[in-house]
Amino acid sequence: MKISGAEIILESLKREGVKYIFGYPGGVVLNIFDVLYENTDLRLILTRHEQAAVHAADGYARATGKAGVALVTSGPGATNAVTGIATASMDSVPIVVLTGQVPTMLIGNDAFQEADIVGITRPCTKHNFLVKDVNDLAMTIKEAFHIATTGRPGPVLIDLPKDVTGGKTEFVWPEKVDLPGYKPKYEGNKWMINQAAALIEKSRKPVIVAGGGVIASGAYKELKELAEMTQIPVTTTLMGIGGFPGSHPLSLGMPGMHGTYYANRSIQDSDLLIAVGMRFDDRVTGKTDAFAPNASIIHIDIDPTSIKKNVRVDVPIVGDVKKVLTVLNKLLKTESKSQWKEIRKAWLKQIDDWKHERPLTYTYSDDVIKPQYVVEKIYELTKGDAIITTEVGQNQMWAAQFYKYDKPRTFISSGGLGTMGFGFPAAIGAQFAFPDKLVIDIAGDGSIQMNIQELATAVINKLPVKVAILNNRYLGMVRQWQELFYGGRYAHTQLNPLNMALDVVPDFVKVAEAYGAVGLRAEKPSEVEPLLKEAFKTKKTVFMDFIVDWKEKVYPMVPAGAPIDHMMFEEKEEKPAKKLKVVK
Amino acid sequence: MRHTISLMVENKFGVLSRISGLFSGRGYNIESLSVGETTDPNYSQMTIVTSGDDRIIEQITKQLNKLVDVIKVTDMTEFEHVEREMILIKVAPIQQKRTEVLELAGIFRGRVVDSSESTYTVEITGDEKKIEAFISLMRPMGIKELVRTGKVSIMREGLKKK
Repeated sequence: MKISGAEIILESLKREGVKYIFGYPGGVVLNIFDVLYENTDLRLILTRHEQAAVHAADGYARATGKAGVALVTSGPGATNAVTGIATASMDSVPIVVLTGQVPTMLIGNDAFQEADIVGITRPCTKHNFLVKDVNDLAMTIKEAFHIATTGRPGPVLIDLPKDVTGGKTEFVWPEKVDLPGYKPKYEGNKWMINQAAALIEKSRKPVIVAGGGVIASGAYKELKELAEMTQIPVTTTLMGIGGFPGSHPLSLGMPGMHGTYYANRSIQDSDLLIAVGMRFDDRVTGKTDAFAPNASIIHIDIDPTSIKKNVRVDVPIVGDVKKVLTVLNKLLKTESKSQWKEIRKAWLKQIDDWKHERPLTYTYSDDVIKPQYVVEKIYELTKGDAIITTEVGQNQMWAAQFYKYDKPRTFISSGGLGTMGFGFPAAIGAQFAFPDKLVIDIAGDGSIQMNIQELATAVINKLPVKVAILNNRYLGMVRQWQELFYGGRYAHTQLNPLNMALDVVPDFVKVAEAYGAVGLRAEKPSEVEPLLKEAFKTKKTVFMDFIVDWKEKVYPMVPAGAPIDHMMFEEKEEKPAKKLKVVK
Repeated sequence: MRHTISLMVENKFGVLSRISGLFSGRGYNIESLSVGETTDPNYSQMTIVTSGDDRIIEQITKQLNKLVDVIKVTDMTEFEHVEREMILIKVAPIQQKRTEVLELAGIFRGRVVDSSESTYTVEITGDEKKIEAFISLMRPMGIKELVRTGKVSIMREGLKKK
């Protein structure tokens, strides 16, 4: 029996185990939407912007490890999706984005709502396809999911001309894919792993830097086993947060620009750096020439291009982190735990001293809410049992610093691209994946306004997503750079000019209420805890507007391009913050 | 250092743009590029001449390998290989030099493929040295136009690593 291209698409998505599609309709995707009208196995979640649809698919993928799916129309629908695709690409998130396209006859004619989206997204997808024949549809979708979810995961886009989705053919679901140019390498080279084991046995001051690859490959247990067995401390990059328990005694927190003093000191002092599923981003390394100057470097990554891209590597191991660590752990098991403990004693003592010398701190105030205090309270009240998404900027760094993530896939944040407006739609995606979990977007007043329209999606779908807005009336991270490096010239970072004594714009409580969500506001530290408790109790979408100290900065901080041990810290003798007039 | 990279790719639309986009997007340089179908119409063979230090060349080959449509990447510079390029060069020598052009073309085993009252178009095939030598000999003659195919390259039998 012949069925339409649109029906083939939905049937193929079902075979791939897809439950939700995040999308937005338009002219040339009507064939697909029309089939969705009757289809009840596949739920289309209507967002209010195509960018948010892709972020929601991304959030779903990060929370579950399965591919997220988005469906948007051609032209502006597709170009709106680009930021979402680039976000997923930088952070290696498996998503499949279906875009409508004008009929094949019209491609290249500058037709209405035409955009060369395959050309536009070529550098920000793992791979993309333009399907020109309805007979290729099923195979293309199978290949897209295969590419998105295997090897180093990433976004794949499929462009679907209207005559292809409207065409008819027999549905044949392919048994397997055959891509001669795509053969990810999972098993690490045995000889190299032996070398790595030898270096670990010889080292006296080793440190593990764990990245997003640990989470992508599901190597949480293997990493923990390695660290505990060999007594090696672990620092997790922004993407690696949750890949090693944050509350573990061997955890050093995050390294890099806003990393902990002890993580950065450990790296700089180490004689062996074991990089696991991370790519030496400039926010982690600072000045690369001065990075871990005394260390031999073992680098385990599934993507060969990550290796030796930014830093020299002594033992490169291309392979899946989980598989490589399994082999490595077996090799290392020969020595008993007590021996390792003895060997590591001096190094761990040194790190402990650093931890005491400069822990992560902020100065609590009774008068004004410190943003870090809000994050701490969220951690305390949730006991770490929540999925936290973040926006980008100060809110993101505080969410990374002052909340301890013990499980993978509980911290969802745009790392590589640094996309403001990511957190809220990502939280929506995560909430669909885990309807009973507490999902909280830790946001700033700048970022949340970049996808605030998704309040409609959250409310209409009765999602209990909580948004904690750390409202400092500024683009805080940029303001921080202006204060530190541009002589306090706050060029266009004031979202609410303080000197004009204006009411805060917008009134987030009223915005939330206008959409049918709950809006709550706290202006004093004493109000923080009761407000959070109230918010966590309700099953509704909640916006929490925390009016926080606008002067607060993220510390420690390494200036861009400096070695990571050139750190700036909070000055303790700061004057009390000015009190602000805010909307009652 | 200059490297000649040979690629086996899927013969599909958009593949060339993926490859050239990779070079431009990452700031690598393409000195020449030639592409054509192989005996199997599903695949094309591409020869790219590029330059960079070892780290950059390593990145280029790895990044090319990562593209789904690229089947095989070979840095020919590491192997014994044959390289050829063809040029068509149109020269407009003064009357007294016309025979000299023909003689030089003969020495270089070139062929005159077109002639007019004032010009000769010569076809020359060879490796880089030969091509450059011929061009520099023609320069004083008055080069009107020069087109080149870009290099193609094939491995010597036995796959001997240098």
